[in-house]
Formats: sequence, C-alpha cells, structure tokens
Amino acid sequence: MDQKNLKFTNDHEWIRVDGTVATIGVSDYAQKELGDVVYIELPQVGDTFSKGDACSNIESVKAVNDIYTPLSGEITEVNESLEDKPESINQSPYEDGWIFKIRIDNSEELDDLMSSDKYEEYLKGI
Amino acid sequence: MRYFPLTNTDREEMKKEIGINDVKELFSDIPKEKSYFSLKNFPPMLHENELIRDFKKYGEKNTFSNFSSFLGGGAYDHFIPETVKYLSSRGEFLTPYTPYQPEVSQGSLQAMFEYQTMISMLTGLDISNSSLYDGGTAAAEGVLLAARKTRKKRIAIASNIHPEYLEIIKTYVQNIDIEIDIVEHDISTGTINPEKLDSILTEEHGGILFQSPNFFGVIEDSEKISGIIHKYKGYSIQAVSEAFSLPFISSPGSNGVDIAVGEAQSFGLPLSFGGPFLGFIVAKKELVRQMPGRLVGQTVDSEGKRGYVLTLSTREQHIKREKATSNICSNQAWCALRASIYLTLLGESGLKDISKSNHLNTTYFVNKVSDFSNVEVKYKRNFFNEIVLEIKNMDSELFLSELKKKNILAGIPLKWFFEEYKNSILVNFTELHTREQIDNFIKSVGELQ
Repeated sequence: MDQKNLKFTNDHEWIRVDGTVATIGVSDYAQKELGDVVYIELPQVGDTFSKGDACSNIESVKAVNDIYTPLSGEITEVNESLEDKPESINQSPYEDGWIFKIRIDNSEELDDLMSSDKYEEYLKGI
Repeated sequence: MRYFPLTNTDREEMKKEIGINDVKELFSDIPKEKSYFSLKNFPPMLHENELIRDFKKYGEKNTFSNFSSFLGGGAYDHFIPETVKYLSSRGEFLTPYTPYQPEVSQGSLQAMFEYQTMISMLTGLDISNSSLYDGGTAAAEGVLLAARKTRKKRIAIASNIHPEYLEIIKTYVQNIDIEIDIVEHDISTGTINPEKLDSILTEEHGGILFQSPNFFGVIEDSEKISGIIHKYKGYSIQAVSEAFSLPFISSPGSNGVDIAVGEAQSFGLPLSFGGPFLGFIVAKKELVRQMPGRLVGQTVDSEGKRGYVLTLSTREQHIKREKATSNICSNQAWCALRASIYLTLLGESGLKDISKSNHLNTTYFVNKVSDFSNVEVKYKRNFFNEIVLEIKNMDSELFLSELKKKNILAGIPLKWFFEEYKNSILVNFTELHTREQIDNFIKSVGELQ
C-alpha cells in the first residue's frame, strides 16, 4: 500500500477513500506506540456514528484506547479477521490491519484530514 | 500513603455539579423508614459488660436450633465440615479487601482459580468468573450479558424463577433500555410449556432466563428451552438457586444452555439470616469478553513457573469506566474461597452422594405423605430436593402454625409470592434431615387430618 494515498488524523487513524466509502485503520506510529495488540472491539455493521465518536476500541498489552471515527456515517463493513488475529494491526497496519469501512455522509469532513506528508511533519513535532 | 479528605468547598462544588442541594437527595430511592437518616431514639452509649448482657438477650431469641426446619426457597441448610470453617478463618484469608496483587496473593488467587474451575466443571460451561454477590444479582447479570452480546433489548423470563430474583432483575433494568417479557408457567405441571414458549419468543429476544429446578422444585426441560431460543438467535440462560442440584441432574452446558447463573450458598456457607451468599455466573467461551466481574487466570512468570493473575480486566470499571461490561468491580472472594474448600473436601463422589441423599429424603417424604388426604404433593415428577405441598383442609398459614407448635418449620407459604398457590407451601429436604425428623414431620401432618 502506498501510504501517500492515505489521509491521517491527529489521533493517528488513517483513512483511505474509495468513492463514497472510507476504510479506516491506525497508523504505523500508533501500532508501535500501542505495543502488541491483543484484542479489538469492532463496531457493528449498520451502526451510525458522528465524526469524533468513539466507535471501537483497541486493547494492547499496555492499554485500552478508543478509536474515534474521523468521518460521520454508517458502518458498512468491519474486519472480522481481527477477532482471531488482532496482531495484524501490528504486522500490517495499512493492509490486513484495516478496522472498519464507513459510508461517507459529509465529504466536507475530508478537508479536516492531513495528507501523508503533513502527517509525517506532525509526527516530527511529537 | 497520604490521605486527602474532601473539604467543604469540594463537597459544595460536587453538589453543584450534579445539581443537588443536600447529600440526602442521593439516597432518595431508599424507603424513608429504612433510611439511616430517620433513625430516631438511638440508645445511649453502654459499657462493654452491659453490651454483652444485652446482646446475650438478643441471642436467646434465636431458637432456630430447637426446630426441625424444612425451609428452602433459595437458602438451604446443608452440612458444613469444620475444616471449611477452620481453613477459611485463617488470617491469610481474612482481609477486609480482596487481595488481587499477584506478587502477594498467589494463595488467594489460586483458590479463586480453582473455584472457577469447579463451577465450570459442575455446570459444563467454559468460563466462570470469580463470583458475584448472590443468586439474584447473578441472574440479573446473566440477563444483561445476553442483552449486551446480542444487542437486543428484550429478554424473556419464566414466571417460575425465584420471585426475589425477578424483583432484583426488574430493579436492575428499570432505568436501562431493556424490556422484560414474562413467560407464564403451566400451573398443572409447574414448568414452562415449550410450545407456548415458542409462540412467545421472537427474533427480538436476546435470551430466555428460566430456572431449573424452578422455584417449585421441578426440573425444567432445559434442552428443549435452549433449542427454542437458539432458533431466534438468543441465549439460553439457566438460573440455579440450589447448587446441590448441579451434580444430580444433567449439566446446563450439556443441555445447550449458554449462560448459567445462580446461588452457591449450599457449598459451605451458613444461612446466617440471608447472607453473605455466593452468586455464580458461567458462560460459553464466546461470551468471555462480555462477562461481568473479576476473572482469575493461570499463567507463567518470567522463570516459567505457574502463577495466577487477574485477567481480562479491561472489561472492568476501573479501566473502561462507563463502557465497562458491568458496574461490578468486586466479588465475594471469601465466600468463593469457602466454596472452593468445601468442594475440594467433598470431591466428585462426595458431592454426588450428598446430592443423592437430598433427593432420597425428599422421595421418602413424597411417598409416605401420599397416604394422607389432607395434603397433596402438587408436582410428583422431576423434583430434586424441594416440593410444593398443597393443604386441602385448612389455611396454609394455620397449617404451618400448627406444626410450629410441634417445633417443625414445615415450609414457606407460597401465597407470599403467587396468588394461584394460595394454599400451598414449599418444602425442602436436605442430607441433614434424619429419618426420625422426617417421620415425625409425616406423623404430625397425619395428625392434622
């Protein structure tokens, strides 16, 4: 996966937009910070969330963290393979470790996201 | 560690934040007459010797040991070996707070782990937590667990579960988004009619809670009930108010039950006027992430040696706050310890033997009492150690008071709970009843013809 095509949030989620649907996961930086992921509580397909809602949470050996949806909309698909293989988030954060897909309700929200380059800059400041 | 008490300013700020004027408003749900704030005429301070004298007088009012008691209904008088009392009274185990730090509590944690293992074996289900408060709160947690996992808002509950459990469940759900549908039992059999159940259940139901043996002592067809709720993608939740029935009848797990909840007071805990008792909850593995309360797990330390720790704590309140699976963040560790010791002492064969003698004593009474015309055993099939006795020739409370004159506590009047059973009593037999006591009971019943 070419990371250049992804968008990012301050909370270290990545977003890949395919038409009206966005796929969401956590960044490589986030998975390193989390440490070994042992469990992920996925949202339910059909649930709707507003931007900024905690819709899922991710449990590592260090902590439990909420995942906030960067976009408003309805969940269309979740990565059920994470239930058995949560370590995919560590091993392949941008591919096998995707978490959920959401139908984009408001495309203006995309404007608030960072480009890959901008995110790199942002990380340098942390 | 330094202790920082709240200042008055702190208190005022907190009251303002949640919108109350007086701390007493927080206790408005408690009936006034039961409230601490309404205690009037509190007696004056007494000397130690005066206190002892007064309490001895209160103690003399407890004449229970003069009676043959056949009272059950969710609290059962079983034999408790002295070993249980001795071991559980050891200083290492007596602590005002349950010790969870693995570096200092391996003994306690191991006892909890073994408790979980034995409850799991007895119920035939995968994961037991390390206990809840009592049967009623465990039943409520079972209902919440099923609703949480299925994300459904309706739960069906059989009308013949322990009436107090039902009351507790109603209290638990009164302010949350869960609806209860009562499934009326069949009065002619005392049990849930599977066809009727099938006609009531829908895809909207996250589960059915039933009790077996039910409140009337009758064993339910838990396999059939489980099969029906599974058709509607809900969970089968079995309550057990007499844990001694577990070794006697086929296990909930083997009958397709997904969640078993109940009361394990029978395993080494005295009646003590109603508590502390011991709630258990045990479920299939797929539900483990939604389980309430503490769980102890077995692991290895950095040297590869076996050790025990609290596990999956991320479900709990101190980590997940309002998203925790339950507001339970403690357990009945000491009571579970007693159950652990008790079950270990008895072993599988001991448990089965005692369980069987409960049933044999009950059967003996049922057979003998059938000679009399003034009483009738209402449900003669599929009982374990408790039966409904219908009184034909007098009011049930008069019947009870007549027997009380002969130092027999014959049972619980069912009219306290069910209008349809206004002249029946609930009678329980355990291994502690001698043949002589039961014969005397039977003779006294005959004399009231």
